[in-house]
Amino acid sequence: MNGWSALDRFLRTDPRDVGCDQAMEMLHVYAELVASGEAADERYPGIAVHLHACGPCGEDFEGLLAALRGEAH
Amino acid sequence: MFAQVADQTGGVIGDERREWCHKALTTLRALPVAELGSIVTVPRNDTVPEAAGSGSQLDAESARWLRELAEPGAAREAALARLHELLLPIARREVARRGPRLAITGPELDDLAYQAAADALLAITGKVGQFRGESRFTTWAYKFVIFEVSAKIGRHFWRHPAVPLGAEQWERLPARFGFDPAQQAEWGDLFAALRRAVDTELTPRQREIFVAIVLNDVPLDTLVIHLGSGRNAIYKMLFDARRKLRAALAANGYLPDDFPRGS
Repeated sequence: MNGWSALDRFLRTDPRDVGCDQAMEMLHVYAELVASGEAADERYPGIAVHLHACGPCGEDFEGLLAALRGEAH
Repeated sequence: MFAQVADQTGGVIGDERREWCHKALTTLRALPVAELGSIVTVPRNDTVPEAAGSGSQLDAESARWLRELAEPGAAREAALARLHELLLPIARREVARRGPRLAITGPELDDLAYQAAADALLAITGKVGQFRGESRFTTWAYKFVIFEVSAKIGRHFWRHPAVPLGAEQWERLPARFGFDPAQQAEWGDLFAALRRAVDTELTPRQREIFVAIVLNDVPLDTLVIHLGSGRNAIYKMLFDARRKLRAALAANGYLPDDFPRGS
């Protein structure tokens, strides 16, 4: 990805984005679906969009997912 | 009460962490069971209760957690201790996962994990009445550990900022998006237009947030503390700023126009 597309991707917003509060409210549900291999992004597209766009919430999601996957091993 | 207790964790270091954990557990023991909210309605037998308001069935392990946390006396203390034993490795794993990207190492990182686990335990017991059974109880509980780790890292960077929060590092912006300095002739106008748009299209607060997060790489959670705001409010302001800036750049032909005029 070159600089132009990186800047374009950063500035591009998606109206489906639910924001931090809603995404964090449902984070445990979303992460559990992902950990079990279900299509969480199809069930909760607004959360998927947000976790992709918001660095801190995306980091929290990765952390919770890592906790669930670590627990399973 | 929980917030006051949690705020006291900021300066805890070294051996004091065990004292902090002890204090946290003592605080929890002192709470009347009634403060645990609706979990006191969980039946004390082996039936699996339905989660309040969600229509979903609790799994047996989650039901047991709710039942034991609602018990008075020693049974509840044992459940709290057992929950803390589950949360601490999650906190340690999370700070270790984020550690390579942080300027925090060694004992300070371990202290951060101890504090996060202890504060998560306080948050969980304060909010357990809000658990709706949409996931396993432990997944819901782990979420609070992750949140506490995020908050404590944000607080750390607020105390030890890599750059002054009011600085404006415009010269570093192209590199952040991967533009090649050798090809400045190609992108120089783009960044001049972006800077103009930041100055003319954004509100003062949107500009402040854009500069801090995008130019100076200040973590959003640090900005939450600095501005006394919430993550959602700051994200929304940055979201609106991004939309305005992209529209301005597209209108001047620097980026593709999603909605061509006349269509």
